[in-house]
Amino acid sequence: MDLIAKGLTYKPDDEFHLNDVSFGMQKGELYTILGRTLSGKTTLLKTIAGLVTPESGRIIFDDKDLAKVPVWERNIAMVYQQFINYPHLTVFDNVAFPLRQRKLDDQVVNERVTDSLSSVGLTGFEERKIQALSGGQQQRVALARSLAKQAGILLLDEPLVNLDYKLREQLREEFRNLFSSQVSADSILIYSSTDPLEAMQLGGEIIVLDEGRVLQQGPAHEIFENPANTRVAEISNDPAMNLLPGVIEDGKIVINADIKLPLPAHFKSLKAGAYTFGIRASDVSLADKGLTFQVELAEISGSETFLHVQSGAHTIVGLLDMVRNFDSGEVVNLKLDGAKLYAFGQDGALVSSPFRGGV
Amino acid sequence: MARIDLRDIAHSYDPEAADPVYALEKCQLSWRDGGRYAVLGPSGCGKTTMLNIMSGIVTPSEGRITFDDEDVTETKTAQRNIAQVFQFPVIYNTMTVGQNLGFPLVCRETPKDAIAKKVNEVAETLGLETLLDRRAKSLTADQKQLISLGRGLVRDDVAAILMDEPLTVIDPDLKFRLRRKLKEINEFYQSTLIYVTHDQNEAMTFAEDIVVMDQGRVVQIGSPKDLFERPRTTFVGYFIGAPAMNMFEARVTGKNVVAVGDTEFATETDLSNASTGNIKLGIRSEFIELAARKTKNAIQADIQRVDDFGNFQLVSAHTGQNAIKVKVKREVAVPGDKAWLKFPEDRCCVYADEELV
Repeated sequence: MDLIAKGLTYKPDDEFHLNDVSFGMQKGELYTILGRTLSGKTTLLKTIAGLVTPESGRIIFDDKDLAKVPVWERNIAMVYQQFINYPHLTVFDNVAFPLRQRKLDDQVVNERVTDSLSSVGLTGFEERKIQALSGGQQQRVALARSLAKQAGILLLDEPLVNLDYKLREQLREEFRNLFSSQVSADSILIYSSTDPLEAMQLGGEIIVLDEGRVLQQGPAHEIFENPANTRVAEISNDPAMNLLPGVIEDGKIVINADIKLPLPAHFKSLKAGAYTFGIRASDVSLADKGLTFQVELAEISGSETFLHVQSGAHTIVGLLDMVRNFDSGEVVNLKLDGAKLYAFGQDGALVSSPFRGGV
Repeated sequence: MARIDLRDIAHSYDPEAADPVYALEKCQLSWRDGGRYAVLGPSGCGKTTMLNIMSGIVTPSEGRITFDDEDVTETKTAQRNIAQVFQFPVIYNTMTVGQNLGFPLVCRETPKDAIAKKVNEVAETLGLETLLDRRAKSLTADQKQLISLGRGLVRDDVAAILMDEPLTVIDPDLKFRLRRKLKEINEFYQSTLIYVTHDQNEAMTFAEDIVVMDQGRVVQIGSPKDLFERPRTTFVGYFIGAPAMNMFEARVTGKNVVAVGDTEFATETDLSNASTGNIKLGIRSEFIELAARKTKNAIQADIQRVDDFGNFQLVSAHTGQNAIKVKVKREVAVPGDKAWLKFPEDRCCVYADEELV
């Protein structure tokens, strides 16, 4: 491992911003820190950058303890949510600024600025003033500046969150292509996001952060397939995975006393007792007969319908393909696909998933 | 409550100029009493100008606006019976929740007991009844936004509630709850709600009808389903849906047939009157089918990459000049190098000069 965090803890007030955070990262890889607002993502990135000093814990990069390296010598670049640029400088001078600070040769500066502007699609914008640019272009300038530094660690803190929906979609794809070509064997790229779809799209590894704690680290598809606990299952799915308390008894699953399901093959080794069962919205489908629910609300998103139904004290969300109309209060029959069920123990930890049988 | 009509409304911020630039080009629009609408478009498309014309903040340089046939074009905002909710909650921090909700009625010198009755009713609808005596300052962002909305609901004379990106400051998991609340209110009070946003998801999940705007023009008004399945312009095809609708340069080769390169596609569109010029074939990523071998209405494509999004896979492919995106279920096995992509006839949209034929 090239970047190692050990027991990072930061508690400036009553609440933990970071609580015993440990992980390992390798050069040439992309990592997404996935978590809800206030989960500690920004604090973690700032800690790596040296802008926050943790009360305990260490960060080791290239076998050096970063605490002993001053911020300006850390060889780290960071892109923020807000578009931070020097408003009075041209695009070229904005990108060149940190390179000139380091007194690099003019020719090297020229080459690096030209290269990084080209990779973010801003060739031809060199002499423009920052104010004359759109939000998306300003964020590209900030990204170009961080790329030109050729830093060992590149930190991107929800860089797309303040952009228009459509632009976000476009830049996300460009970023992904850019990262796969730019992340050299010598650098680590760390991206923070609240959006599970974005984390999946970027690929790489995901570190799930919640209330300052690392809940799980692994390749994106592994987090999707085998979320370590109920909280990860919520955070890493949009809409959040449906979680329903229930029991296994007499070879059946019983949820809310009234939903009874046959035990799927991957649950066969589970003991009778109480569990939390999880099912993704996309694994809930309409059926001719079966479990009956009352419709709370149907939301249509163009190609899909989100159906919210009531089950005891719980709301189940189904993601149905195609546009369908339902009235509030209508009774519908739904199928919960048993083969796609997750089981979590009473401590919330995963005990069986469709991709990994019971333990 | 009232029906609102925009009659030949247009607006230029500099109408005296020799060649005036229109922030809003001439449009005819009727907002049904009790309707639930979204106005959707990218920054700078004119949606805020339209909202400001309805609220009276901007007087249009051309055309008339009527509330139930009463001309209000020159009527000031305060006299217009419009309630507004902005991006950030606008509330009186030093007042209690109840005082905040009752304030518009106090301003209109409504009797005290009538105010109390109305405030209680609205607070109950919004789920704020236990917070009536709390100082507004101590509330969360979504509760504050509900109060902004509630101030529009206490008045019986409001023609419409206009909302400009009202969920911006709300956490993602609370957005759904607030959207549901808005729909309940729309059903219960039969109040016209007009919701301005650049976020297609918010617009699609909230509205019965969406007004899509681009560069000062209203380009389509329709249900979420219409906008998705039959976008009226190539812009709507691009702007609605993620990914954007696939678009190909094409030429007309038969009554219902277009060709993309050498491949012909049958469509359900009569193309007799659109035989030449700028022709495009559009199809949604969701409607393209993968086929193992050559079949009718299919084009062979090189598969570039397949992205696992968890719930679905996004296949990026190309055929010579054209990039194509196909959305398939996670279970579908995608061939490694080449595949036939089938465009079902009824899913093909043909565009002449960027407009749906």
